[in-house]
Amino acid sequence: MSRIGVFICHCGENIGGTVDCEKVAETAAKYPGVAYSVDYKYMCSDPGQNMIKDAIKEHKLTGVVVAACSPRMHEPTFRKAVSEAGINPFLCEMANLREHCSWVHLKDDSTTEKAEELVKVLVEKVKRNQPLEPIKVPVTKTALVLGGGIAGIQAALDIANSGHKVIMIEKSPSIGGHMSQLSETFPTLDCSQCILTPRMVEVAQHPNITLYTYAELVGLDGFIGNFQASIKLKAKSIDHDICNGCGDCIAKCPIKKIPDEFNAGLGTRTAVYVPFPQAVPNKPVIDRENCTYFTRDGKCGLCAKVCTKGAIDYSQKDEIITIDVGAVVVATGFDIKGTDFFPEYGYGRYKDVITGLQFERLASASGPTLGEIKRPSDGKVPQNIVFIACAGSRDPAKGIEYCSKICCMYTAKHAMLYKHKVHQGKASVFYMDIRAGGKMYEEFVRRAIEEDDVNYIRGRVSRIYEKNGKLIVKGVDTLLDAYPVEIEADMVVLATAGIANEGSEELAQSLHISYDQHNFFAEAHPKLKPVETNTAGIMLAGACQSPKDIPDSVSQASGAAVKVAALFSKDELTRDPLIAYVNRCGPPTYSTCVGCFLCVSVCPYLAIEKEQIKDRNGNLIKEVAKINPGLCQGCGTCVALCRSKSIDIYGYSHSQVFAEVMALFNERSLENV
Amino acid sequence: MSNFEPKIIAFVCNWCTYAGADLAGTSRIKYAPNVRIVRFPCTGRIDFMLLLKALQTGADGIIVSGCHPADCHYTAGNYHARRRWIIFKSLLDFVGFDTGRITFSWVSAAEGAKWAQIVNETVDKIRDLGPYTDYSNLNKLGVGTITEVLNARTA
Amino acid sequence: MIKIAYFPGCSLEGSSKEYNESLLAVSKEFEIQLEEVHDWNCCGATAAHNLNKVLSISLPARTLALAEKQGFSEILVPCAACYSRLLTAYNELNKDAALLEKVKEILEIDFSAKVKPFTVIDFIQKHIQPKLKEKVKKPLNAKIACYYGCLLVRPPKLVEVERYEDPLMMESIVKELGATPLDWAFKTECCGAGLSVSRTSTVGKLCSKILDDALSRGATMFAVACPMCQSNLDMRRRNANVFLNEKADAPVLFITQLIGLALGLDKKELGLQRHFVPFNLEIFDKPIPKETLGKSKKVEEV
Repeated sequence: MSRIGVFICHCGENIGGTVDCEKVAETAAKYPGVAYSVDYKYMCSDPGQNMIKDAIKEHKLTGVVVAACSPRMHEPTFRKAVSEAGINPFLCEMANLREHCSWVHLKDDSTTEKAEELVKVLVEKVKRNQPLEPIKVPVTKTALVLGGGIAGIQAALDIANSGHKVIMIEKSPSIGGHMSQLSETFPTLDCSQCILTPRMVEVAQHPNITLYTYAELVGLDGFIGNFQASIKLKAKSIDHDICNGCGDCIAKCPIKKIPDEFNAGLGTRTAVYVPFPQAVPNKPVIDRENCTYFTRDGKCGLCAKVCTKGAIDYSQKDEIITIDVGAVVVATGFDIKGTDFFPEYGYGRYKDVITGLQFERLASASGPTLGEIKRPSDGKVPQNIVFIACAGSRDPAKGIEYCSKICCMYTAKHAMLYKHKVHQGKASVFYMDIRAGGKMYEEFVRRAIEEDDVNYIRGRVSRIYEKNGKLIVKGVDTLLDAYPVEIEADMVVLATAGIANEGSEELAQSLHISYDQHNFFAEAHPKLKPVETNTAGIMLAGACQSPKDIPDSVSQASGAAVKVAALFSKDELTRDPLIAYVNRCGPPTYSTCVGCFLCVSVCPYLAIEKEQIKDRNGNLIKEVAKINPGLCQGCGTCVALCRSKSIDIYGYSHSQVFAEVMALFNERSLENV
Repeated sequence: MSNFEPKIIAFVCNWCTYAGADLAGTSRIKYAPNVRIVRFPCTGRIDFMLLLKALQTGADGIIVSGCHPADCHYTAGNYHARRRWIIFKSLLDFVGFDTGRITFSWVSAAEGAKWAQIVNETVDKIRDLGPYTDYSNLNKLGVGTITEVLNARTA
Repeated sequence: MIKIAYFPGCSLEGSSKEYNESLLAVSKEFEIQLEEVHDWNCCGATAAHNLNKVLSISLPARTLALAEKQGFSEILVPCAACYSRLLTAYNELNKDAALLEKVKEILEIDFSAKVKPFTVIDFIQKHIQPKLKEKVKKPLNAKIACYYGCLLVRPPKLVEVERYEDPLMMESIVKELGATPLDWAFKTECCGAGLSVSRTSTVGKLCSKILDDALSRGATMFAVACPMCQSNLDMRRRNANVFLNEKADAPVLFITQLIGLALGLDKKELGLQRHFVPFNLEIFDKPIPKETLGKSKKVEEV
């Protein structure tokens, strides 16, 4: 006979404010098999947990239902508590009275009635729970870091320095990410490359890090501690083991007019190329989409002729490799919206209306103008420049609702850099608000306004158009009684919104992690688990989660690295034993399984094997299905499929789920009879 | 009929729709209280006999919801559920059951608002269809299971 | 013969008679019968919606209700101001059942507010443009600045025009007439609208900016689809010229007049003698200027 304890949590006002918890506890006490029922303000608190432990001992409970928040929140907490009181943790279930009831319904009788029924369902379930032991699995102590930007670099170095192996993959030919494109960084005006490139080299030379550039993740299988990553190594068409990076092939390549990604389209590159002079690895790849050898059937071949080392290999093929890893850090970064997004700013048709990232390249010593601010259309130095903050951000009507976070600061930096380089020039900034929260950030913006005399105008720009070779910027100054402002600018810089990378949705799906409505990857908890994802063993770092500046990205990356190191500090992991099994019984049937093996065809984990049952003389009696507990992940597809109901699953067994359903409406169906 | 409150049972997967319903909660999106969620590891685990059992025991409407196609935590369980539903639906159509009482949908962990919307729409639809009485009517004719008939007599 | 419900509004009966004339003439060529909604009334612009919301909905709603009673499901509204009022009423009544009930009571007409208003541009795109190319007899040699003003493309949520900051609908029409559409920046700027009566100099200043941008880019004439835009750019040309410091003589034609010309219809039939800035057919004999201002990349294909 079951002796179930029911513990109703008020969660302060969160549940108690909507649900009559006392009444739920009273009703639950009358359910058959319930030996004890009580309500309390905070069940997850220490006194709350002790209450459960004491009740288990005092009332000799055989099972526990905690009716509180979502089991996704506190199931581990309460399972731990009951096991400390001496009963198997899997004999504890949670009824979700908060997320599924009190937070989504109004305070009335029907809500309390729902709470009672949710408890009843779980009481019926827990009566049928079985004590289970967690499954132990080994941990592969190698981390996969996706993305070689500053976040990926930081995470990889931190993990590698804690003594674990790291595989880093980067889709472009060099690591470095967006940070390598930046000129100087706020608020210190440090040269971005000067602080980044030593880190890049450290990654390449670290004995614990294996770097694959020009590579993409194509699939991830498995689970925490035991992932299998499939990685596509795109054909570089150059044997990097032989290549010495002399650059002769680049000098000779006749295809020179390809828009240069590193310079945000402001410069050009060749078909065989190294993205930038400080690239790691500093060896070229051939861009097959633009190389005539590939687009025009073997025409050209100049690079192979000039290469003294014979490193050019046109016959290289894309290669897929599979690597076992125990954890993944996703640091795939972000993208920014282009200027063609803005109809009122000319749909990207004015050459001198550029993005912030393009301005970074203009201001960078390694950029197409060697750090001189020259406008793209005619190479003249702009004497009057306008910066528009929030171009697309915080604009639900046209762009995106959220704040891109970095623009206020980099716009101030841009205006400052411009003034430092063009002393007599005029710089204006149109802004909505200045969001400069951060160490030394507000002071930095004040410096731009006060010391460098940047003209900050609070208001938005309604239109940009060309007239007599000038860009007319029409806006409004809302601090001047909404007076219209017109500026004849030579160049306009749009602080366009930071957005998720193209293809991030597909990547999230292949990683089985959640993403938000803007396709940024979702953290497991917005406050308390900002680094983990909902999938155990996969962490987030940097701007793939939301737009972030460098210090925030680096902090999060180090956080992710610590999570990985903590995971790798154990040799074994335990996982929930909620897996399927085929029933077995004594002779003459041995199992109700008749050996149709339909289950084999639906199992995504290839966990179902055939087993021969033989008599003691070795004669075959029958062939039945057998589930490998090491491989089974517990999806239960085979359970629902099995025609003879010979397969069942721990935690969601036939008797449990049918009891749950029947607990719900049974009374009424009888009334109706 | 005006104060008819439909009883809806929802069979949802743990990874997407259960989490989606959690998100509706954390986002404080209000929806009709008529739904009772039963958690499964995956829609692939949902034995459709459970749907019949729910109708038999007094549910007026059913929601089955899991991860979007290609998003299944277990790779393909939702595809199996979808196939099963297509066949099961044609069986229900054949026996004259109004399959409008069953909502089959995908709700991801990011779609709290969609979950609330699906619950509300289902409740409205079932409110229009009225209580599900076909099964209990059969019971009155003596066609119910032995236990139920016995229970009914002793009640 | 297609029959379409038609709400001319006050402008097309008075100051913009030629819009009405040319619209009817062109429709006839395409075998479309525009049937005036019997007993239509004022749309309420611009006074009503500044003063009384229910009145501002009820006035246009009456015309919608009459059209519905007369068996139509949509209604052609050539005037942009009328269109805006009718569309607002249509939207408000469809999203607010209580308001619909109230308006029904006020009007003493039982109706469902399902008659949807549409513009002359919509009308041309749907009924004229598919057959336009084959009917053009005299291709227009002109560089045309298509001017939309405000209410044909705003508010975006109601009007549902995709590129509301830089629309291209009229451009694609004039292209089929053989003319060259102008790529310019002031397509949707303010013409001054009703200030035409009370503050003529303000209208002159605003119109001068519109004219300046178009003319400096080489426009030879304007195409419009709103009576207010036409009369401000045309009737207030003298006031605009004061700010321009020149005598701008580019005529301002309704899009329907341009279609009529390309079809070979008579000038009089299209009401072209009614403009303040005179229109002469010789304008099509002049070569159109090639150079335009600025350093734009190649203009997006229309």
